[in-house]
Amino acid sequence: MSRVTTITGRAVPVVGDDIDTDRIIPARYLKEITFSRMGEYPFYDERFAPDGTKKDHPFNRAEYQGAAILLGNVNFGCGSSREHAPQALVRWGIKAVVAESFAEIFAGNCVMLGTPAVVASKEDLSALQKLAIEHPGTEFVVNLDKMEIHAGHGAGQTMVVKVSMPPSRRNALVNGTWDSTALLVANSALVAAKAAQLPHPNGRQA
Amino acid sequence: MAKNTLYNKIWDAHAVAMLPTGQTQLFIGLHLVHEVTSPQAFDMLRERGLKVAYPDRTFATMDHIVPTKSQKRPFTDSEAELMMQAIERNTKAFGVNFFDFASGKQGVVHIIGPELGLTQPGMTIACGDSHTSTHGAFGTLAFGIGTSQVRDVLASQCLCMDPMKVRKVEINGKLNAGVTPKDVSLYIIGKLGVKGGIGYAYEYSGDVFRDMTMEGRMTVCNMAIEGGARAGYCNPDETTFAYLKGREHAPKGSDWEVAVGRWKALASDADAQYDDVIRFNAADIEPMITWGVTPGQSVGVLESLPDPEKIADEGEKQSVLLAYRHMKLKPGQKPSDIAINVAFIGSCTNGRIEDLRAAASIARAATELGQKVDPRVQAFVVPGSMQVRKAAMEEGLDKVFLAAGFEWREAGCSMCLAMNPDQLKGDQISASSSNRNFIGRQGSPTGRTLLMSPAMVAAAAIAGHVTDVRQYTSVTTGAAQ
Repeated sequence: MSRVTTITGRAVPVVGDDIDTDRIIPARYLKEITFSRMGEYPFYDERFAPDGTKKDHPFNRAEYQGAAILLGNVNFGCGSSREHAPQALVRWGIKAVVAESFAEIFAGNCVMLGTPAVVASKEDLSALQKLAIEHPGTEFVVNLDKMEIHAGHGAGQTMVVKVSMPPSRRNALVNGTWDSTALLVANSALVAAKAAQLPHPNGRQA
Repeated sequence: MAKNTLYNKIWDAHAVAMLPTGQTQLFIGLHLVHEVTSPQAFDMLRERGLKVAYPDRTFATMDHIVPTKSQKRPFTDSEAELMMQAIERNTKAFGVNFFDFASGKQGVVHIIGPELGLTQPGMTIACGDSHTSTHGAFGTLAFGIGTSQVRDVLASQCLCMDPMKVRKVEINGKLNAGVTPKDVSLYIIGKLGVKGGIGYAYEYSGDVFRDMTMEGRMTVCNMAIEGGARAGYCNPDETTFAYLKGREHAPKGSDWEVAVGRWKALASDADAQYDDVIRFNAADIEPMITWGVTPGQSVGVLESLPDPEKIADEGEKQSVLLAYRHMKLKPGQKPSDIAINVAFIGSCTNGRIEDLRAAASIARAATELGQKVDPRVQAFVVPGSMQVRKAAMEEGLDKVFLAAGFEWREAGCSMCLAMNPDQLKGDQISASSSNRNFIGRQGSPTGRTLLMSPAMVAAAAIAGHVTDVRQYTSVTTGAAQ
């Protein structure tokens, strides 16, 4: 599995608190039984009118096509546990999400896809979003070794911002162990011993 | 750091190993599966040549996508039919327990787990659904997961987890008449905010939760996630044991005595330590409604909608302004000025028998006064499970609802998330007993949702607008036994 240490690319600002996973992907697209088309749907109802005409949304603007880093605000990804939400973002092209805070399940889902969800301060995010709005061509670098974001427009103008994420999630990404199934299955003997000690949902007490 | 709480005891009992990442490998005692978040996970098992490690701890049903008017197969919606075929195929191929229509036990996954006695104190419970927190009502550690994590639990019966912090939310005193567990939930979220619980499991404690029925506790734990807490729980007590005794999967015979002894020892110790403690007074809680686009944007039914200019935090102020634009409401408006088009009673939050009884008591009181559902309102009742539906019909609740002008439907998630034909149209506004008022949640991008208790929904259906449920005297709240 690949190590995830540095993500480089342009950044797309999605400004606003409490952006829930229903807004990231409306439930009707959850009727598909594979994730393969999810990249067509992120923020669908905010990007398209019912008749299909495009609305003004960062994900529609020409300057953010190909962006790799999403800049959010408070409680990003709250609500439903649907992995379809990070799947939609990742399949659209997002490789890292930066926000003031994340809903727990969303952040956990991101790491399962090898996508860092890192936290920066309110002030730093405002500055990063401002940079991405005023100079959309700016290259951003999310560095998980240093836990920093570097971004700059013009010579000598590089911004350096500290970010954080739970150390275990960072370890999983930088060591390439974020696809956890193999880790868990490897301990199957320990799991069997644990199962034998615990009551069973059929009412049997161990 | 929390110590000697129920959370700590369950966590320690289920920790299998410390992983190289620093995460804990946590054993999952009960894995609940539904049709929407599982097909990709089963496909991942196939791709990797893995089987379900503990099919005897894995129980599936279908709820999100099922229509509630007619459940005749094949479904009219071909995508929904394909999804049904996928869960049927996957549960069969992998040997997973499956509660389908033919079993008579189909229903919303968080309703059938408890009603079948699968949900038992001390368990870890995971499901690919954020409202898995519901099961915490029984003194379990229960939380929602994404599809790749569903794959992990199927493959290993375990998850990679970081520990949570524990916040005690203590409410003492006695609830006012007409105030239900749903109002308690909305009050807590209104006070602590939709992100207030991030990183925490909530322990609900104090007189109010001690006196609450199991179904009321389920409503409160269900909504923990709406306040940002991935898990919420109540300590198990005699109310818990009485609910479980005799249920299909509950321990029987000598196992029952052993189990109860075990369950009693699980409760947080008197000297337990918490990462945070917050206290509220029961007397301060009134019947609540949400008026905005997050479950935290709520007011008491007699209050006025808030003034955005008085909000200091800029992010929060912008959220409130967005809510006013979407909801087409104005600061200072009274909830009773808000007319509704649709009334929905059901969901994993409020689709249990006590919820239906509470709503039916309003419908019955209205009928006795010669009132019916307002002709401008479409009102419908969706039982949370086939067994809830059957029990309600044995009590004659279906007739009460039908007589008052409500539709009586089959079991499913229905308009809570509108992945089925039950959807708002255009900018219709609903009074809904569900859990989320997010933009677009109920199926129309411009649709609007007001969350409230099932009794309040019933009252709004009859009045044609939001109204104080306390005008009807015979309210059963679910808060008192």
